[in-house]
Amino acid sequence: MPLPADTDVSTPKHLRDKYAIVGVGETTYTRGSGMTTRALGTWAVRNAILDAGLTAADIDGMLSYQSGDSTFGPFIAGDLGIRLNFYMDVFGGGSSTEALIGIAMGVIEAGMCKTVVIFRAMNGYSQVRIGGTGARSAVPVTGDMLHSRAYGWQSAGQTFSFTFMRHMYDYGTTPAQVAAVRAAHSAHASNNPKAYYKKRVTVEDVLASRIICKPLHLLDCCVETDNATAIIVTSADRARDARHHRVLIRAVAGRVCKPRADMHYQTGPISTVAGKYAREILWPNAGIGPQDVDVTGSYDAFTFTTMLQLEDYGFCKKGDGGQYVSDGTIRLGGKRPNNTSGGHQCEGYTHGMSMVIENVRQLRHDVDDSCPVGPDGKRKHTYDYKEGGCRQVKGCEVTANLGWANPGTGSAMVMRRD
Amino acid sequence: MSITADYLGMSLRLDELDGENVAYFKHCAEHSFHLQQCDDCKLLRYPPTTACPWCMSREAKWAPVEGKGAVHSYTEVHHAIQPAFQTHLPYLILLVDLDTQKGKPTADEALRVVGNLVTPDGKLAPPELVKTVGIGTRVRMVFSDAGPGISLPQWTIDESATQPDKPWRYPQE
Repeated sequence: MPLPADTDVSTPKHLRDKYAIVGVGETTYTRGSGMTTRALGTWAVRNAILDAGLTAADIDGMLSYQSGDSTFGPFIAGDLGIRLNFYMDVFGGGSSTEALIGIAMGVIEAGMCKTVVIFRAMNGYSQVRIGGTGARSAVPVTGDMLHSRAYGWQSAGQTFSFTFMRHMYDYGTTPAQVAAVRAAHSAHASNNPKAYYKKRVTVEDVLASRIICKPLHLLDCCVETDNATAIIVTSADRARDARHHRVLIRAVAGRVCKPRADMHYQTGPISTVAGKYAREILWPNAGIGPQDVDVTGSYDAFTFTTMLQLEDYGFCKKGDGGQYVSDGTIRLGGKRPNNTSGGHQCEGYTHGMSMVIENVRQLRHDVDDSCPVGPDGKRKHTYDYKEGGCRQVKGCEVTANLGWANPGTGSAMVMRRD
Repeated sequence: MSITADYLGMSLRLDELDGENVAYFKHCAEHSFHLQQCDDCKLLRYPPTTACPWCMSREAKWAPVEGKGAVHSYTEVHHAIQPAFQTHLPYLILLVDLDTQKGKPTADEALRVVGNLVTPDGKLAPPELVKTVGIGTRVRMVFSDAGPGISLPQWTIDESATQPDKPWRYPQE
């Protein structure tokens, strides 16, 4: 929807609208890429540069995130002939994307470089399993892990479930309400030729799938895949020369934490997540509120994470998240679709970056669905969301990405179409 | 010298340099639960930290703490990630509010201590016991001996406590 009339656009606040995302790119989403994370990363970064209509010489900054499971920036830069004026490889998984976009804006603003490519490359299925099985489950338990892994409390699902379960207890949230997130995202993925899981599933399918750890069924959990993703950040002025319609960054919040980030369950309510704090940065800096957002990208490592964040960022009243995600609002054709690509539940697992890529394409009015491509190279969208059909949201002007690391840490970003 | 132990086929290691955890587990090995108590503000904290989360003091003493409380939340694991737990399914991981210092220093805070549901002799609870525990269940601390020098604080149903009529459990069994 258009920006509200009372939004002050004459004095950009905290770099509001001063930076843009000009390029996005990814590899295929597979299980068994048959190549290194270096080869994956090179592929995705190259695609993002081509998407932006830039060359290697236009890129002079690089950021990446990983958790000891990927290649480093200099290898990708070297492979593609990029000479760097700045790079940094950061430790982290989910919630890193939006935080690194903020860092990119900062280093460009500081004059350290001009255009930054951010990538995440991972063999999350065939090498280092994101769910924690395989090599990661066999390392000796030492130090602070003696208070977690020694109890079989290790994977993301296991460590987040105290929050999920307590939300059901505090607010009466039902398994069926939360399962509606998977049903919605699977419907979106059925219109995404790139998605790893394209089959539509129902709430009943989710509830009938086996329990992994309560309250999570198999289909409450995201997919593990091999892939790389990349985005390019530059100044709004420089973005005028890029190939696509400008997508401007309104505001970012990066790795905002609840108290006791070392063990966030020490402070309650544990059914509230970091979005409660991040929203106090996000919305004032963006100059808009949740009611102005057309499309959300609420991180779906689990069905519950999508719901909890939408609730704590204020898209509905606290405690009404179950209702919000199950009443049709978040589906294509609904008032405010979430993760129109199918997200981490269905498209593929990229630690958040793919959800930013999807929203950039939504704001360009050019998502890569099966609609026919016109002579101008753009798709002619039908807005018919039937299986295998369109997934472009009509008139998409403002998006919000809500990144998740864990219940105690999150990041967020608002973007708009110029 | 590191202390090592084999627990359920899983390798546990306590490094000498890790002073806070060495002290914590020294008491656990004696089947006694101690937490750091800040010398300045007198608040207890869990798990071990290198300073006081409320007043930044680096000075603390280890104080005995009663291992009693109620289940604040839980998960019941049916698909083990670690090989060590594959033969113990389903198992419960409990987040327990200690009675000690509950609601302090703010109403939302508590010493929330993680552990598995175990039998009174410290073995992972069998399925029939797992089914009886949920949010609100009163529990008491016992210890699982992993090896010389390493015992893990765990939770068992408190037989002497008044239990809720029906603890809250996930609706789908």
